[in-house]
Amino acid sequence: MSEFLQFLFSGITVGSVYALVALGFILIFNASGVVNFAQGEFVMLGGMITYFTYSAGVPLAAAAVFAILVTCLAGVALNKLAIGPARGASVVSLIIITIGASIFLRGLAQVVFDKQLHRFPSISGDDPISIGGATILPQSLWIIGGALGAFLALYLFFSHTLTGKAVLATANNKLAAQLVGIGTNNMMTLSFALSAAVGALGGVLMTPVTLTSYDVGLTLALKGFAGAILGGMGSPFGALAGGLLVGLIEAMTAGYISSEYKDAVAFIVILLVLFVMPNGLFGRSALERV
Amino acid sequence: MLQVENLSSCYGRIEVLHGVDLEVHSGEIVSVVGANGAGKTTLLKCLSGVQPASGGKVHFRGEDISTRPAHRRTSLGLAQAPEGRQIFTNLTVEENLRLGAYLFNDDRIDKDMEDAFRLFPILKERRNLSAGGLSGGQQQMLAVARALMSRPSCLLLDEPSMGLAPKLVEQILDVVKNLRSLEVTVLMVEQNALAALGISDRGYVMETGRIVMSGPAEELIADEGVREAYLGI
Repeated sequence: MSEFLQFLFSGITVGSVYALVALGFILIFNASGVVNFAQGEFVMLGGMITYFTYSAGVPLAAAAVFAILVTCLAGVALNKLAIGPARGASVVSLIIITIGASIFLRGLAQVVFDKQLHRFPSISGDDPISIGGATILPQSLWIIGGALGAFLALYLFFSHTLTGKAVLATANNKLAAQLVGIGTNNMMTLSFALSAAVGALGGVLMTPVTLTSYDVGLTLALKGFAGAILGGMGSPFGALAGGLLVGLIEAMTAGYISSEYKDAVAFIVILLVLFVMPNGLFGRSALERV
Repeated sequence: MLQVENLSSCYGRIEVLHGVDLEVHSGEIVSVVGANGAGKTTLLKCLSGVQPASGGKVHFRGEDISTRPAHRRTSLGLAQAPEGRQIFTNLTVEENLRLGAYLFNDDRIDKDMEDAFRLFPILKERRNLSAGGLSGGQQQMLAVARALMSRPSCLLLDEPSMGLAPKLVEQILDVVKNLRSLEVTVLMVEQNALAALGISDRGYVMETGRIVMSGPAEELIADEGVREAYLGI
């Protein structure tokens, strides 16, 4: 039992990081229909910038806030400099642009920062909390709380604010959105900024547990993307649930079978789910009259 | 209210509007009729700003709006109900209407929504359903209702009757006719020329990107050439 609990805790922790990445994915997807494969780089930037700012003598909290703000700017720059000029291109071209941006950001981080693994202290120390024979790090609770908080914020944003609806409207029908008076370019900028912030938050929270380096983004983007797809691309709840599920499947496979197989099993489960439910677990099927 | 001078517009390198002049006075209902491909929709898109003009000027209430982006024309009171049921299919009927009043945040929104429901009672029944599930006619009504939510002083209607059953055409044109009492000026583009001119004060006939004839609606309906070419009588 305590073994199972231990796997559960680690699964939820990792899953929460994936959920944060998945939430970042759906923010941009909801506004533009684009899957931003530089999402993992936002997480990397969050962790790396915090580390280097903290090492320069800035208090940890301030360093974290600074990192999130800088990553926000990186997101806005990505939209303005890479996505914006290609406005009118097909969604597939835009997705390829984001892959290019991700490679660029990774290379830039390698040059500006370094190739080492880094970590900074946890928020509430490193003394494990013991529950039912298993232990969980206080930082894990922060990660889980961060994912839940981001989910709640985004859920409220999309379902209860006019700006959130305007973002959804922009993605659904850009022409009509302009005609009701929505500045559609501003909505895109907003989505990229929020998405980058959510990603950076993930990076800040996870680094004390999982460490960070210039290349952590790639795996995270894949897993987060898998989570977002699994949950049904588009809904914040789907992103949260999908991310957590991917984390749990991984942790259980690593625990009970072998950690060699954890990625394989995670992706096989996702494929199986998508065969049966192409819209993901919580996705709404597109209802459209022609 | 709306003055268009020598307006031209291109898709790529092909010019589709060749110097259109047109005027709409406050309180009027004006129709632009013409065959498919005459440039009617392009004209409306240039007026609302979603299609760039390559030459000419558009004045709205005395202000030159030629270079204003679309979303900042809406805020001046120039609204367009676009062609072909361009609604937000992923949102509910009510959310669509609320976004119509995106630029506002006051008590009048509820009242405007009630007014919209009075014009189109079926939308009230479906207010909490996804707009993508509405029938074609209902989507068309929603597009018009949403445009009205932005409190326009001038409404641009693109093919409001397109693809609708005759009974629905009548219903939607009735609503347009009644906009006069709400002090909304209307510029309507229609292929259904007879029905459109029937409720209009004045009309323009468009052919391959040019205005070829204009005048009071009754005169156009009575004109032999127009009758033959567009009214099918």
